[in-house]
Amino acid sequence: MKSKTKVLSMMCAGLLIASVFAGCGGGEKKAGDTIKVGADIELTGGSASYGKSAQNAIKLAFDQVNAKGGVLGKKMELVVADNKSEAAEATNAMQKLVAQDKVVAVIGPNLSSAVIASTAVNTGAKVLVISPMGTNPNVTVDKDGKTKDFMFRACFIDPFQGTVMAAFAKDTLKAKKVAILIDNSSDYSKGLAQFFETAFVKNGGTIVAKESYLQKDTDFKATLTKIKASNPDMIYVPGYYQEVGMIVKQAREMGLTVPMAGGDGWDSAKLPEIAGKSALNKTFFSSLYSAEDKSELNKNFVAEYKKAYNETPDVFAALAYDSAMLIVNSIKTANSADSVKIKDALAKTAGFNGVAGSVTFDSQHNPVKSAFIIEYKDGAQAFNTKINP
Amino acid sequence: MDMGSFAQQFAQQLINGISLGSIYALIALGYTMIYGIIKLINFAHGDIYMLGAYMGFVATTMLGLSFVPALIFAMVAAGIAGIIIERVAYRPMRNAPRIAILITAIGVSFFLEYGMILIATPQPRTFPAIFEATVYNFYGLIVNSQQVLILVISLVLMAGLTYIVNHTKVGKAMRAVSFDADAARLMGIDIDRIISMTFALGSSLAAAAGVLVGVYYNSIDPLMGMMPGLKAFIAAVLGGIGIIPGAMLGGVIMGIVEAMVSGFFSSTFRDAASFVILILILLYRPSGILGKNIKEKV
Repeated sequence: MKSKTKVLSMMCAGLLIASVFAGCGGGEKKAGDTIKVGADIELTGGSASYGKSAQNAIKLAFDQVNAKGGVLGKKMELVVADNKSEAAEATNAMQKLVAQDKVVAVIGPNLSSAVIASTAVNTGAKVLVISPMGTNPNVTVDKDGKTKDFMFRACFIDPFQGTVMAAFAKDTLKAKKVAILIDNSSDYSKGLAQFFETAFVKNGGTIVAKESYLQKDTDFKATLTKIKASNPDMIYVPGYYQEVGMIVKQAREMGLTVPMAGGDGWDSAKLPEIAGKSALNKTFFSSLYSAEDKSELNKNFVAEYKKAYNETPDVFAALAYDSAMLIVNSIKTANSADSVKIKDALAKTAGFNGVAGSVTFDSQHNPVKSAFIIEYKDGAQAFNTKINP
Repeated sequence: MDMGSFAQQFAQQLINGISLGSIYALIALGYTMIYGIIKLINFAHGDIYMLGAYMGFVATTMLGLSFVPALIFAMVAAGIAGIIIERVAYRPMRNAPRIAILITAIGVSFFLEYGMILIATPQPRTFPAIFEATVYNFYGLIVNSQQVLILVISLVLMAGLTYIVNHTKVGKAMRAVSFDADAARLMGIDIDRIISMTFALGSSLAAAAGVLVGVYYNSIDPLMGMMPGLKAFIAAVLGGIGIIPGAMLGGVIMGIVEAMVSGFFSSTFRDAASFVILILILLYRPSGILGKNIKEKV
């Protein structure tokens, strides 16, 4: 394997050098008749379904805008780069988008760790990034609490998801002893777990076990056996669907029948397939979007999306769509396709109406919005409660 | 934790570990057989395991086969794939330096991984539930029928392999080639055919592991072979590479160690523990647990 890693790193080095040279070419931006927006998204890898939804939704958004004559007399053009659901690849993809394709703004990545990893690249190039689903606080704020100028998100942040689920666990599920199972390879998972723990303990609950796993693990029985011995009333698993599916399946097989809960990483049609429909009963997750929402804007979006792709949009589609429309909106308000001016206009966005609720950016570039608790019932998602900020 | 619950947890972790370890053992067998016969660490072996899982997927979803026929289908298909890989990639390199053939193996590994991504898309696929899991509860110890199935099938396959290697003509020829290829050739053994047979056998065992894992964990993807491939390699080295019972022993030990580390320390250290085992074994007993120390004469 050593030699395998070596080959890989040499290939990466080659790519890096190539991209540096590509970046040296021309400093000025070509004034074409299109406005290029990049998407640095997960088309392959463990979270591929997130990127697929995002790509569909952004395409739909730009097609709609272009059908109405575009923005500032120009058509919107989408340039997609695959980040393979990995932080290192997300940085490469970002490099390609800003240096080679010269996009004015980038949508994505969806995974917090990938956004955080690629921040330096787009900030250096003064190109704004709006992450549809990067929920970790550090996506828009650095370690000293300073807002990152070119970083935005379309979703609410981890503290809120963790805090919401802690309140739900205590008030609705009446849980007192909770075990937490964290995906140690993801900032997202660690962020949710930390805020869940803080809020839950503050409400008088106890964390009886805290375990972790890594992306791509398949066997969780040893860890679940350990968790079972701690006798929890609920298990909090803020991970991504691929591992979560196997965790839920194996937990139920181990005789762990208590409710299980997580964050929006659970939101995937693949989850019931992996975990099994009956195993998923009594599981809950916090989410930003429900396709069942009755607003006019959302009903239209769901109809158009279904017409184009023959499936119901998920939360990744909804927020990518909102991200795309936020950029279009800012280009209009800025009356310019200059990345810095778009960024300034975006930061001042207030009361923007999106399919996943209205968006007002606070000083840390976080939108203020409502949260939904969704429950899995026989493999189908059912809206459970709405919790306001 | 009182003693009773400790003992119970320990027993449960032992069960978890053995079922995981029998998978490692099945993959490790192929590593060890191929190393035994042509001294090649076949890095593509983990990907053959992946290939087997996909073949099982094709057999159950597209051809509508039930579990046992699907298992046989996957084993035969992977066996053929193993023969082709050996014929196309390794045989032309037979007399090349060891490092060249090792690099070829890495190339084959990438080819299989990314070839599968091209054909089957990188998204994980859900293995159909062809074998309903029944959960048995013995005084608090949970055993899943699938775990029993994995263990039984692994044991049957290992017994079969041991029989082939020790009690058939082909097996005798394999042992002869492994011992001294040139002498074997002088005795009239068709070395190429025996090496092909070895690849076929090793690959079909890996495929069986792939199908079992597909059924057990319910999810397969084109890169699923990387980690188990590495772990199985460690298992093979642990037991003594080139020694068939060593691979079985190594696999089971690896599974149990991983379960114990996750259960009684932290799951974060699980992979670290596997690699620490590799380092320790290379430092203190490079020929493995069952290996004999052979001194090379200068």
